[in-house]
Amino acid sequence: MKLVVAIIRPERLSAVLEALYRADVRGLTVTKVQGHGGETESVETYRGTTVKVDLAPKVRLEIGVSEPYVQATIDAIVAGARTGDVGDGKIFVMPVERVVRIRTGEEDAAAVTPIG
Amino acid sequence: MNPVDTLFVIISTAMVLLMTPALSLFYGGLVRAKSILNTMMMSLVALGVVGLLWSFLGYSLAFSPGNVVLGGLDHALLKGLDGSVRDGTTIPSLLFFGYQGTFAIITAALVSGAIVERMRFTAYLAFLGLWTLAVYSPVAHWVWGGGWMHKLGILDFAGGTVVHITAGTAAWVAATMVGPRENHGRQAFLPHNVPMMLTGAALLWFGWIGFNGGSALAVNATAVQATVNTMLAPAAAIVTWMLLDFWRFGRATAVGAGTALVVGLVAITPGCGFVSPMAAIIIGALTAIPCQFAIHYRARTRLDDSLDVLAAHGTGGVMGAMLTGVFTTEAWGGPAGLLDGNVRQFLLQGVGVMATIAWTAIATWGILTLIRLVAPLRVSARAEARGLDVGEHGEEGYSDGEGAILVLATPAGLVSATATYPIPASENGS
Repeated sequence: MKLVVAIIRPERLSAVLEALYRADVRGLTVTKVQGHGGETESVETYRGTTVKVDLAPKVRLEIGVSEPYVQATIDAIVAGARTGDVGDGKIFVMPVERVVRIRTGEEDAAAVTPIG
Repeated sequence: MNPVDTLFVIISTAMVLLMTPALSLFYGGLVRAKSILNTMMMSLVALGVVGLLWSFLGYSLAFSPGNVVLGGLDHALLKGLDGSVRDGTTIPSLLFFGYQGTFAIITAALVSGAIVERMRFTAYLAFLGLWTLAVYSPVAHWVWGGGWMHKLGILDFAGGTVVHITAGTAAWVAATMVGPRENHGRQAFLPHNVPMMLTGAALLWFGWIGFNGGSALAVNATAVQATVNTMLAPAAAIVTWMLLDFWRFGRATAVGAGTALVVGLVAITPGCGFVSPMAAIIIGALTAIPCQFAIHYRARTRLDDSLDVLAAHGTGGVMGAMLTGVFTTEAWGGPAGLLDGNVRQFLLQGVGVMATIAWTAIATWGILTLIRLVAPLRVSARAEARGLDVGEHGEEGYSDGEGAILVLATPAGLVSATATYPIPASENGS
């Protein structure tokens, strides 16, 4: 099992969700986050106070998947999130020690979506 | 000058003026969070741009003596507007100018609902000014300034044709020419703040009492009639819309109720001084039906009239104009209508509707074509994805206020106070 964590552009979320759905990857957590990955900052002005905003709004996806679905998940995220410009985000794949589905008590591969 | 009438119109002017900020709340709540400031600015700048143009030229083209198509230049640059009573009223000409100006402002602001979240702000500013002079002023002259509609006896008490049919038609043309938002039809765009939209709707209703009631320009029975009709028609529209919601979807929606309220207001605007209160209820109820169908149908088409200006104000305006021809009656201050056997009035209303749609469509197309020759009408796809607030205005509606780096202006240019990174040249335009 792996935990796939992806940081993407907010406006690409719909496209990523659609691509994941098509790849049969179900079950995920989405968080609104802020981050900086080297893209152009924006300069904003409020009543004479000029600021540089380094932190861009991003969306973080967390998806627990079984081994056969790791590549499919990555492909779906890349397909949905890529625009080609700096700031498209990153995908981190991490090993997972143990997974428990709270409702049934199922564990590990049986507990991640989809069941590989 | 009648002091009571004058005070009444002063208060009505303040109420109608409030409708434009109210509209900015209404529209702002309906768009996505990343473009709320741009959307609200599109309404707010109308207060500035249209307000100024109205005093320079717009009022004169609408309300000074001219031919049947357009007014003259007698009142250009505020000439001759002072405390003296305007002919045909009991209030000062300067106050009449101000009151009418608030109508011109809200009308232009209404159109912005069609092109939110993708139109370039500077292109919008040009559109706002040109549209007021080329569409609003002439049509206001036709109906209220002694133009041909007035002479034919076409009825429009407070602006169903002048305000709502023009705004609805312009919205349709503008949405087509600017084009839909990226991913329109493939991705849902949801309102980001429904409570804000409902607050705006409530304030619009408040202001609309000054819009319709104030259009009597005097404290008299007609003002009372228009005020009560303005209370009743939206009530009927809300209930009808809710019943349609229950029937078709099983649940009544808040966005639907807020929309219905505005639709009811649009519907009663042209007839509020000519129809009975019971007729106002019927007009509000009848107008809600095609408007709801129009809004639901529009969402399935390629037309990204994003905030349904055509479906709500266009459809509601046409329904209101035609139903005014049906229900107007001599007992309530109008000429006889269709129900009293006067087919001619009903047909005249149709002529007014068609002429307004035709001129507005042609002129709006012409203005946008002209602007497009000079500069693009919309922002880049990249800027649209990022949101128009940061790109067009350099501000965010919902920044949490933390994490930004203070920038100092030095002789060498802009420098970060904490000196971490240089400011990128692309962002250093100021």
